[in-house]
Amino acid sequence: MKRHLLSAGDLTRADAELILETAEELRSLADRPIKKLPALRGRTVVNLFFEDSTRTRISFEAAAKRLSADVINFSAKGSSLSKGESLKDTSLTLEAMGADAVVVRHWASGAPHLLANAGWSKSSVVNAGDGTHEHPTQALLDAFTMWRHLGNLDGRRVAIVGDVLHSRVARSNALLLKTLGAEVTLVAPPTLLPVGVEGWDVETSYDLDAVLPKADVVMMLRVQRERMNAAFFPTVREYSRRYGLDGRRMDTLQDHTIVMHPGPMIRGMEISADVADSHRSVIVEQVTNGVAVRMAVLYLLLGGSEPAVGTSEGANL
Amino acid sequence: MTTAYLVKGVRVLGGEPTDLLLEDGVIAAIGAGLSADGAEVVDADGLIALPGLVDLHTHLREPGREDAETVDTGTQAAALGGFTAVHAMANTDPVADTAGVVEQVWRLGREAGHCDVFPVGAVTVGLQGERLAELGAMADSAARVRVFSDDGKCVSDAVLMRRALEYVKAFDGVVAQHAQEPRLTEDAQMNEGELSGRLGLRGWPAVAEEAVIARDCLLAAHVDSRLHVCHVSTAGSVEIVRWAKSKGWNVTAEACPHHLLLTDELAATYDPIYKVNPPLRSAADVEALRAGLADGTIDVVATDHAPHPHEDKDCEWQAAAFGMLGLETALSIVQQTMVDTGLIDWQGVAERMSYTPARIGRLEGHGRPIEVGEPANVVLYDPAHTAVVDGTNLASLSRNTPYVGRELPGRVVATFLRGTPTVLDGKLA
Repeated sequence: MKRHLLSAGDLTRADAELILETAEELRSLADRPIKKLPALRGRTVVNLFFEDSTRTRISFEAAAKRLSADVINFSAKGSSLSKGESLKDTSLTLEAMGADAVVVRHWASGAPHLLANAGWSKSSVVNAGDGTHEHPTQALLDAFTMWRHLGNLDGRRVAIVGDVLHSRVARSNALLLKTLGAEVTLVAPPTLLPVGVEGWDVETSYDLDAVLPKADVVMMLRVQRERMNAAFFPTVREYSRRYGLDGRRMDTLQDHTIVMHPGPMIRGMEISADVADSHRSVIVEQVTNGVAVRMAVLYLLLGGSEPAVGTSEGANL
Repeated sequence: MTTAYLVKGVRVLGGEPTDLLLEDGVIAAIGAGLSADGAEVVDADGLIALPGLVDLHTHLREPGREDAETVDTGTQAAALGGFTAVHAMANTDPVADTAGVVEQVWRLGREAGHCDVFPVGAVTVGLQGERLAELGAMADSAARVRVFSDDGKCVSDAVLMRRALEYVKAFDGVVAQHAQEPRLTEDAQMNEGELSGRLGLRGWPAVAEEAVIARDCLLAAHVDSRLHVCHVSTAGSVEIVRWAKSKGWNVTAEACPHHLLLTDELAATYDPIYKVNPPLRSAADVEALRAGLADGTIDVVATDHAPHPHEDKDCEWQAAAFGMLGLETALSIVQQTMVDTGLIDWQGVAERMSYTPARIGRLEGHGRPIEVGEPANVVLYDPAHTAVVDGTNLASLSRNTPYVGRELPGRVVATFLRGTPTVLDGKLA
């Protein structure tokens, strides 16, 4: 594995499988009375969030704490318009405090890339979502969830539906799922597919109904209502009718097909309440898996070559 | 009394070696084996002589952003790049939209003395795109403004653009348009294409440039005025300008050195040193620009020298300023992309970097051929030299050159402004 996790595209198949296998071992920890391992004792993990994201932050925080790392949460909310301290100075400060890993969420695409490569710090950098670029740990937890339900992903069909244009989740998933052998179809109105998407080596479709019966996984993306003000679609109602996953559409899925959503959901917009709460929905499980996958990522970036979790004797690290 | 200079063995526009005598501000004699008592002799063996370069598009930042550049430092950079005249863009603070500001910039240029400074006047008050600035007052001022531009912003309102084109006819002015449809480029960060989608950087479609150029060519034809298109960056724009010229319309266009060399692939580094407006485009666009510059569709090379302080480039791509330095590397890049590739010769360079820009700007005493009796604005250039761009030894106050670490050909050995060296031995005189 590389020293940083900036893009899902940086992971080889072997890297990705190692993370998933490690996550599987670590997930068993969730069923133990004491959910803590000493693997990263004495290491410092900084959660550096330039954009609000409570769920991603607490997921990383839980992951680091279960590995006994010291966790510092640094919220530096700001926009390009109300710039406070520069990314450089923040990075130098964290370096001076001795951060071993920096988990960064940023409104600017490429900010984690800059942190890792500008020479400001020696920490490992984990991209926790940058602008409209990538969110690699989300893709890993999604792949992990699929893997637990469907086994090997080779040849599995994954439909990713919604605002692909603005979605870092879609980008990271498209890259990682290709690496793991799955076939990805991006489904969106033409306005919400990026220019040049034909070069991504994925299928695209404007027709959700045509894609659903063949899918093994349906991943719904959040669509912001405000997008209609920029003419990406005419109204929320029209969007829901054409691209929302409701009970009628759910009935066209294969029996084994699972429904995913990275959250936060807008019920009634991209997904109806009965679908979100149905037996096909693995949305809550995604959250649980998120902690295990992030533990695996932190462990593998910072940690050792030793197994993360011991065998029957229990934790041995 | 000024010193006379006898330049020995120089190849004028790459021709046969000869001697030049520069005396009393003019080229006093040309011919092999010249001698002149008391003249300073410059050994120019292996060097070529070009007419002093003229830049139609320079940002000197003064007044307002003296932390990025001043007229003094910017014109030092210009002289080192072989320029004897630059057009200082109007997007200063305050904006150069009155006779007072353009005269201030003009006067600062004269005081600095490294290179003549011709201020560009804003088309609209405060570059706001709402009402015309006092174009006539700027034209009649001591600065004698002939080029008007809201560069950095597009005059996007069609009526305002039409009126500006009409109005400047009264004093033989030209409107230099920064062609960028604002709605199509809101928060745009880089060329729109496959890469912008992958990098998650908001795309800047070619059509946002091309649509405005097409409209403005039609407007210029309709009111029979003069349009100059700034920093053409796409193959489609080249096609539109070619079409407008084929109609006989009075349209000229410029290309920037960075658009002749660099491509949008560099954005994948997320290093804002490559962030520029208009953005770096595809390799196919670069090829089209070179071809357009070679066949005369694009008339001139202009630097769009855009200094920014380090902190405005040492940050997230999205937060960074647009622009790159250009004056000190322009001639080298033109040599690499246009001359060494066989697309144009040194006569062609003189046309595109001196004669034609001076004509577009209606400058007197610049862009003149190297002939007896002409103003002694001359560059001595060593095309055989190569060097790796260092980036720390620039005259510009700013450091935002995208060429650090690249090997570029050529070196400006001397620049003469009306017979007086502003640069000698590659250093400021």
